[in-house]
Amino acid sequence: MNLNNDNKYVSSLLQDIQSESRDIALMEVCGTHTMAIAKSGIRNLMPGNLKLLSGPGCPVCVTAQGDIDAVIDLAERPGITLVTFGDMMRVPGNNSSLQEARSRGADVRVAYSPLDALAIARQNRRLEVVFLGIGFETTAPVVAVTVEQARREGLKNFSVFSLHKAVPPALEVIFADPAIKVDGLICPGHVSIVIGLKPYLSLAVKYHQPCVVTGFETRDILEGIVMLLQQIRKGEAQAQIQYKRVVKPEGNRVAQETIKRVFRPVGARWRGLGFIENSGLEFNREYEDWDARRKFDIPEYEDIPIKGCACGQVLRGRITPPACPLFGQPCTPLNPVGPCMVSHEGACAAYYRYRIT
Amino acid sequence: MCLGVPAQILKILDEQMARVDVDGNQVDISIQLVPDVKTGDYVLVHAGFAMDIIDAGVADETMKLLKELQSS
Ligand code: SF4
Repeated sequence: MNLNNDNKYVSSLLQDIQSESRDIALMEVCGTHTMAIAKSGIRNLMPGNLKLLSGPGCPVCVTAQGDIDAVIDLAERPGITLVTFGDMMRVPGNNSSLQEARSRGADVRVAYSPLDALAIARQNRRLEVVFLGIGFETTAPVVAVTVEQARREGLKNFSVFSLHKAVPPALEVIFADPAIKVDGLICPGHVSIVIGLKPYLSLAVKYHQPCVVTGFETRDILEGIVMLLQQIRKGEAQAQIQYKRVVKPEGNRVAQETIKRVFRPVGARWRGLGFIENSGLEFNREYEDWDARRKFDIPEYEDIPIKGCACGQVLRGRITPPACPLFGQPCTPLNPVGPCMVSHEGACAAYYRYRIT
Repeated sequence: MCLGVPAQILKILDEQMARVDVDGNQVDISIQLVPDVKTGDYVLVHAGFAMDIIDAGVADETMKLLKELQSS
């Protein structure tokens, strides 16, 4: 397709969207969408009656405050090497962050892949290496493969602190909340690579919510919105895929099976959404030796809320970030009060960085 | 955190690993979640793993469909 045609096509999508006159709220539940929408300026092109809300799409942001405190305490135990994705470093705990723990002498390392953490354990048998398993269905299979590898190699100085979360149970909480008005869901592109379309099919039927799995280019997002609007106009609620070049209806079966071999669903706490049945992952019996929670006897920490931070409301889609009294003053990416301003995928960070009011 | 980058498979190293090109850089990634991958395929990479094979050929299907709907 040549550029001219592409431009014409994009403006036809925009025209379609701008012709919509009903009051409609669409929610995206993927941090990468949050960022892509903010960066592309798509929000400014929407008619005033069409709202784009951000939901619980950022894994770091939805991690319960008590779990963050548990992670920081674990990192400070002598002899522990905690390996994490970079996003977690500056998330404020009740007393400090992982970054501050590191400056006090804790051995906290940032890795791009859980395989890097495994390599650290393999090369330093005297270290107790704990990988922090935070993420949705995109991250869970990657961590599961790593745990299987550790088991094959008999690496006993490696373990995972599993704070993984599953997206569909959280969507159910949002759809069931009468205080939140959502007319359609822009479904996460990369989570859906793994889970496929099936979970959305049942949500679409049960809550009469149109669901469209959408990619991350501007054109993808506009197409996803048009597909949702077409369903809404017809009064339909189907699960569809816009991001067909990557997402298959059945998802990635190998990844689904890998998760199932290593983990089983368990209830989990979310920031803003509370306790949700079957939304977390705990280790199956054969893999218990790699479960850091068990190995280091990590207790349940109480959720002590961050004073004044409205992340919980933002994650539910009840308010947009600028409605938080702390947004921009004093809460900024350099001086974040809550996780939604720390993470690159957080809604507060996206709104702040791209000056959305 | 769920970020994915597209990459082309340059060489299958063994059952578990492949060398890919990401924006001109060569990196080794795990292919354990996409056992059917072949040299030359494009994959989506997340946290050092190929998550899926990208099928660029189907990308324009949605456009065709929406264009039809718009003109109808
Ligand atoms: S602006 Fe800051 S304090 Fe307010 S909700 Fe976002 S992260 Fe929390």
